[in-house]
Amino acid sequence: MEKFEVKGTNRRRAPGGRRQTITGVNASGNLEVMIERVLPDSECLVEVTTAVTGFRDIWYAVIEEFFERSAPGGLRFSINDGGARPDTVMLRLMQGVRLMEAPP
Amino acid sequence: MCSRHLILEDSRSLFRFKVDVEGVVHGTEPRASPQCRRVTHCWRVMPCDIIETECRKREMDLNRVRHVVEIRMAEWQKQREQRQCRLTAAQHIASGKLVAAEKAKALLEAVIRPGDRVCLEGDNQKQADFLADALASVDSSLIHDLHMVQSGIVLQSHLDLFERGIARKLDFSYSGPQGAAIARALAAGKIELGAIHTYIELYARYVMDLTPNVALIAAVAADRAGNLYTGPNTEDTPSIVEATAFKSGIVIAQVNQIVDKVRRVDIPGDQVDFVIQADHNFYVEPLFTRDPANVTEGQILMAMMAIKGIYAEYGVKRLNHGIGFPTAAIELILPTYGERLGLKGKIATHWALNPHPTLIPAIESGWVEQIHCFGSEVGMDEYMSARSDVYFIGSDGTLRSNRMMCQNAGLYACDMFIGSTLQIDLAGNSSTVTPGRIAGFGGAPNMGADPHGRRHPSEPWLKAGREASDGPPALTRGRKLVVQVLETFGDKMVPNFVEELDSLKLANELKLELAPVMIYGDDVTHIVTEEGIANLLLCRGASEREQAIRGVAGFTEVGRGRDRKAVEALRRRGVIRRPEDLGIDLLDASRQLLAAHSIKDLVTWSGGLYAPPSKFRNW
Repeated sequence: MEKFEVKGTNRRRAPGGRRQTITGVNASGNLEVMIERVLPDSECLVEVTTAVTGFRDIWYAVIEEFFERSAPGGLRFSINDGGARPDTVMLRLMQGVRLMEAPP
Repeated sequence: MCSRHLILEDSRSLFRFKVDVEGVVHGTEPRASPQCRRVTHCWRVMPCDIIETECRKREMDLNRVRHVVEIRMAEWQKQREQRQCRLTAAQHIASGKLVAAEKAKALLEAVIRPGDRVCLEGDNQKQADFLADALASVDSSLIHDLHMVQSGIVLQSHLDLFERGIARKLDFSYSGPQGAAIARALAAGKIELGAIHTYIELYARYVMDLTPNVALIAAVAADRAGNLYTGPNTEDTPSIVEATAFKSGIVIAQVNQIVDKVRRVDIPGDQVDFVIQADHNFYVEPLFTRDPANVTEGQILMAMMAIKGIYAEYGVKRLNHGIGFPTAAIELILPTYGERLGLKGKIATHWALNPHPTLIPAIESGWVEQIHCFGSEVGMDEYMSARSDVYFIGSDGTLRSNRMMCQNAGLYACDMFIGSTLQIDLAGNSSTVTPGRIAGFGGAPNMGADPHGRRHPSEPWLKAGREASDGPPALTRGRKLVVQVLETFGDKMVPNFVEELDSLKLANELKLELAPVMIYGDDVTHIVTEEGIANLLLCRGASEREQAIRGVAGFTEVGRGRDRKAVEALRRRGVIRRPEDLGIDLLDASRQLLAAHSIKDLVTWSGGLYAPPSKFRNW
């Protein structure tokens, strides 16, 4: 079990009005993400709890690229990972931002 | 070519015999021909025991017999004679063409000679498994040093042949489950490897320099005249039998049953020498069945990109899908995502394809006009029989598959091949060799190659050709679309993108002359991953190609080693396209998009006609 967090700064607030959502499943090779609109618009944060240790550099690479690709200002992501591959992590995070675009 | 004739002469009589290549004496002629060239002192060429036996039979005085061997030049029927010899040797074992199952070993020992080239039928689907077991049990002091020339090394008994010294040399195409065992046997010197071929390459050599002396094949039913019904799994049988039967070889078939009249003649009886009713039905592997329950959202995302960015973009109607979950995902979202994009009738109408159960929803939704199959698939037979507008069905009402024909269709009549692979390098070369495993090629290298002999135009082919060429438009030839669709990481976080293919290391270790490459980079036109599509047709030069590949290699080391500026430039030119560039909403990448979520759903789609094998029945 490993726990860590990655902080980012953002140019703009993530669009939409949703306060909170959850996507994915906590299963082997998959992951669950809870997304909450709780941070200042210029900040974002991803907290990772993963069953698989030893891939922290890839996690950082994935999350930093995610910040760049989607500008999720104001959102906190809590990942409960069951050993998902980086592409699945990226897809879930991007899907999470899209889900937050819904009206409140 | 020459033959040996033995002439025995004493004071009373003269006999002339022909001694065939195996030392068997044929016929008597009580006179010597004046054209004979007589050679004396022949004891060295002619075994004494033959002369003794023949003299004794005729009550000749051995001490006074004069014997000569006549050498006559220009003998052109040696293979036929040899064949006759073998048939004669098996006469007491067979009743007509029929041989009892318990006499299979005796039959093989009677008709096979050391050093023979033998084809034991079996590919990635059907297996002449009964005959494989029989061959693996022959007396290796009688039969040894065989040269196996066959599509698949799949069964344990195939490897036993080499372990027991019955076979020594091997030319093959596909090994699948025995990939690791073959690599070990090669390293231990148990197998002398000729080459690893593609299917049609091996069939081509059957009529060139690897013609079998004996073919051991499998069929569903035979009549007493040897006519064979292969059932839906015709596959390689016609190609094997053609090469063997018309070159004086011996063809032996294992069948599930002997009947009075076969429902359809797939192989005419005069091309078959012996038929054995095996004690069990021949084995067929359900290789092309993918459970929709295991399709991931990453694969669905890749499928959406492929449909929107390639199928629709080029208007691909005639195609082949390789095996694997990414292509299964494409099949499963044609009736949903494809429908939404208004692509029905515009893409994926004509197929060279095994009977993939995952295509059932698209067929049932009216997407597919016709499909020709390499082989059959366990559980699909009834469904296909009921869909003769789509599949190739005999007058008897069952599927006729033919690997040779379908591979040919894949080469010359398909505008696109799309398939997965296990490793891809910086030049786009791909391989399914992983450390210590030789999986062989099967048909993918032919499906995934641009055939330079193609001459008929089609829109996708011409468009691909134009994208790749800077030459004069009037002379621009087309290109087949060869698409590799793969996730950036495989199981256990093993990267699928690598700097150097494992196949190079393996070739070095096993001293192979040619490193096994499934599809060469210069044939690949597109690579699809979860990160996007790289269009290699639009790349100019090796370094652009490399960056295009790195640019879709995700978070593998290859992907993270990209030149970000170069990749962004390629993206602006449309060489690399991300889901957002294609207008794909990531929220659509959900299992909800699959037309079937389980094998059971496929059964429902088929109206109950698809009967999945038990290992896929989980309800």
